[in-house]
Amino acid sequence: MEIPRHWRLKQQRYSLVGEVCPHCDHKIFPPRDICPNCGDEAKELFTFSGKGEVYSYTKIYEAPTGFDANAPYTVALVKLEEGPIITAQLTDLDSTPVEIGMPVEMVTRKMRNDGDERGIIVYGYKFRLRT
Amino acid sequence: MTTPHPHSPTLLKPVKPVGIVGYGAYVPRYRLPAKEVARVWTGGKGGLPIKEKAVPGLDEDVITMSIEAARNAMLRAQIDPTELRAVWVGSESHPYAVKPTSTLVAEAIGAVPNTQAADWEFACKAGTEALVAAMGLVGSGMGHYAMAIGMDTAQGKPGDALEYTAGAGGGAFILGPAEESLAIINASYSYVTDTPDFWRRENQKYPEHGMRFTGEPAYFKHITEAATHLMEASGTTAKDYKWAVFHQPNTKFAQRVSGQLGFSPEQIEPGLLVPVIGNTYAGAAMIGLTATLDIAQPGDRILVVSFGSGAGSDAFDILVTDAAPLRAGLATKTQEYISRRTEIDYAMYVRYRGKLQMK
Repeated sequence: MEIPRHWRLKQQRYSLVGEVCPHCDHKIFPPRDICPNCGDEAKELFTFSGKGEVYSYTKIYEAPTGFDANAPYTVALVKLEEGPIITAQLTDLDSTPVEIGMPVEMVTRKMRNDGDERGIIVYGYKFRLRT
Repeated sequence: MTTPHPHSPTLLKPVKPVGIVGYGAYVPRYRLPAKEVARVWTGGKGGLPIKEKAVPGLDEDVITMSIEAARNAMLRAQIDPTELRAVWVGSESHPYAVKPTSTLVAEAIGAVPNTQAADWEFACKAGTEALVAAMGLVGSGMGHYAMAIGMDTAQGKPGDALEYTAGAGGGAFILGPAEESLAIINASYSYVTDTPDFWRRENQKYPEHGMRFTGEPAYFKHITEAATHLMEASGTTAKDYKWAVFHQPNTKFAQRVSGQLGFSPEQIEPGLLVPVIGNTYAGAAMIGLTATLDIAQPGDRILVVSFGSGAGSDAFDILVTDAAPLRAGLATKTQEYISRRTEIDYAMYVRYRGKLQMK
């Protein structure tokens, strides 16, 4: 069980809360102490719009423990409208072929059960095709 | 034992006028046709209560679905989430037995920590029960805004009559002062009795139904009483309402009770979603209202009557304001969710709903 880690990351996981650098206006995700763009201190919270596009992707057939119940699923690098590229599962895809550049939007979904049926349910961001 | 007094209805009216400032719906995209259930269990024979029902995906539950409906409501309300003084979620399929759905939803929409949060339970009327309470919270001046959600991923035993209809979806409503609202709630009225029509015991996966109690003594009795009393006390008849939404466990029940109360098929048409998404339990009347508000025009009056087994009904008299058409366009409409459709077969349904014993 990794309850502290999931709890600590809940804001960014549930709602894509990152940071905006007060010095250069760079949008940062995940949040960190130092702006990767200008090197100054960053700590101002910023909620991302959740809109972006597929930068690259791959399909997972042999899923790691905890994710196996959902396999096969697609993992993508999603370039957010505000700039950062993040890794996330794509969901609600069915048989739709994924293509680079596809517009996607963030949804909050179940990621996995921590500790099988007895532990907490871990929720977080995924992306689905934007219509 | 208490005896109801049918001729002394008491309207529930807030001190300060209250209305809906934002609303949002959610329906998962997977659909199980009723004929697929019939193919597996009855050799394809027998009548079908609906065309198809909505099924949640592997990564969805009442929490994720409530979050999306709540976000849609926030888009329409255009308010700061920290101004919400309550986030209440009514459901009979809360993901945890102990740990609130509502705190997680409140966290995801940015409403924490200065808010009330609670999970409500009253079978299929858990959502409208929260809505009545939200009227009280806002109408008394305790809070400026309150959110009430009705959402379910309904359970139906394999092969049971309920398996055809037990669907998934619901709606979220943000209540606030009437002058800021897209629809004013003039009054509500609640009618409850102890009725053994449907229940699920602790640790049981699937509900049971009390056979002959399901129809007349439960659904029809409570909806009819609630609607009649509300209209009598409000001085209205069916003709005063442009639209009506009734709890809808199947197509036939909702059509019959609306007809008995004097409503035409046209009046219930926009809010009658059970044929294409199934019975969304605590979400059913709520999502019917979202679909109706999506197309309502200023001045339209709407009657909403929920029903929850065990049993009771909440009835609402709602008046649409000038703000409705504009705000309807600020988020995904209910019919748009319904049109996002991927048909699945019974085997996929069994996987998605976790009906396979894996160990």
